[in-house]
Amino acid sequence: MSGVTVFGLCAAAAVGLGFYGLITNPQPLRKIIAFNLLGSGVFLLFGVVGRRGAVAGTGNDPVPQALVITGVVVAFSATALAIALLLRLFQTTGSTKLSNRTSPGDGSDPAGG
Amino acid sequence: MSVATAFEIVLAAVVLGLGTWTIVVRETFSATVGFVAYGLLVALIWVRLDAVDVALTEAAIGGGLGGVLLLGAAARLWDADLMAMEAPGEVARASAAALSVLTAAALAGAVLLLPDPAPTLAPAAVANAWATSLSNPVTNVLMAFRAMDTMLEKVVLLLAIIGVWSLAPDSAWGGRPGPRHQADPRGVLAFLARLLPPVGIVVGIYILWTGADHPGGAFQGGAIVASMWLLAIMAGLADTPPVSRRSVRFILAAGPGLFLVVGLAGLLFGAAFLSYPPAQAKPLILGIEVAMTLTIAATLGLLLAGAPERSAEP
Repeated sequence: MSGVTVFGLCAAAAVGLGFYGLITNPQPLRKIIAFNLLGSGVFLLFGVVGRRGAVAGTGNDPVPQALVITGVVVAFSATALAIALLLRLFQTTGSTKLSNRTSPGDGSDPAGG
Repeated sequence: MSVATAFEIVLAAVVLGLGTWTIVVRETFSATVGFVAYGLLVALIWVRLDAVDVALTEAAIGGGLGGVLLLGAAARLWDADLMAMEAPGEVARASAAALSVLTAAALAGAVLLLPDPAPTLAPAAVANAWATSLSNPVTNVLMAFRAMDTMLEKVVLLLAIIGVWSLAPDSAWGGRPGPRHQADPRGVLAFLARLLPPVGIVVGIYILWTGADHPGGAFQGGAIVASMWLLAIMAGLADTPPVSRRSVRFILAAGPGLFLVVGLAGLLFGAAFLSYPPAQAKPLILGIEVAMTLTIAATLGLLLAGAPERSAEP
């Protein structure tokens, strides 16, 4: 098994881990971290595919590399916006609960667990 | 099994261990610290994948600035961490785990079944490098072949900062972002904040300049300059500027603005939107990169500083 495959499997596992954390962690900040973990796994998959497409003169296909560099910066700015929203929510309500105040007779909750 | 493969397996295992730690650990602060370490080790994976440009970006933005952002938020949400949150039930947990394992397994299967020979655009990128006289293929793709992506990404940064600023309370509208930082003027932080920025700014400019032919470029250089600025702010040596200041807004718009002007000039006088005449390609790209570095440094710094919290008048 080559190193590229090892990292590819690692990336797939990171996506799975991030996905699990995103669904099950009730804390919004933990959801943001989990989402970043998921994103970094997706970026690594790009890197693995690009590494296989390397030709003489380049160690890694430059097109996926450029996409990932753009993606890292966009992911950072989205994270910053999410954290600003979260801090403002905490400042206004004193809590970071995401669930809206559901009354007992509200019927089915589309958000699920 | 060679030593290199053994190292790669150990590296992947440590990265996955840290990833698991950030998901399962109880305290949010520990999860954040785990994520910073994870980001730095992922940068090592990028080096092993021969993608040094991405490794630099991942270390500077993913691990470094992202870590500061998450640590700052975790510290300010310390009280919220203590509140009991209703965790999802057993069934929800089990189905989430099943769904995640399925996703990971599907991706792992895709990795194992990738087509051979791998489809690639690298030969096209190498063959057309003459058109820009830059020899770093990643910079070529970012600044010339897929310049549209990079320009739109600058617009995304601008939109993100507008979004963050619009979360300011009425009393601080147009004011200074974040709290005023205080540090012991004779402490280690203030000392480092005096010692490091001159070196860091030179390194940032070097990374920008060398990006034409070697790994580096505007993103990585801008991130380093931004971190130097943040260091001075955190040590209390500098204050964040009021967001209503005209010069701040000019710098934030300079990168995408110049990019758009050059792009439109290409449409008017050249072949297409964002096409550079090969003779002037390098000076044009370097000019855009200088403006972009300033914009990226200012935007990343202000995104980290957050929404305005104090009115502009002291």
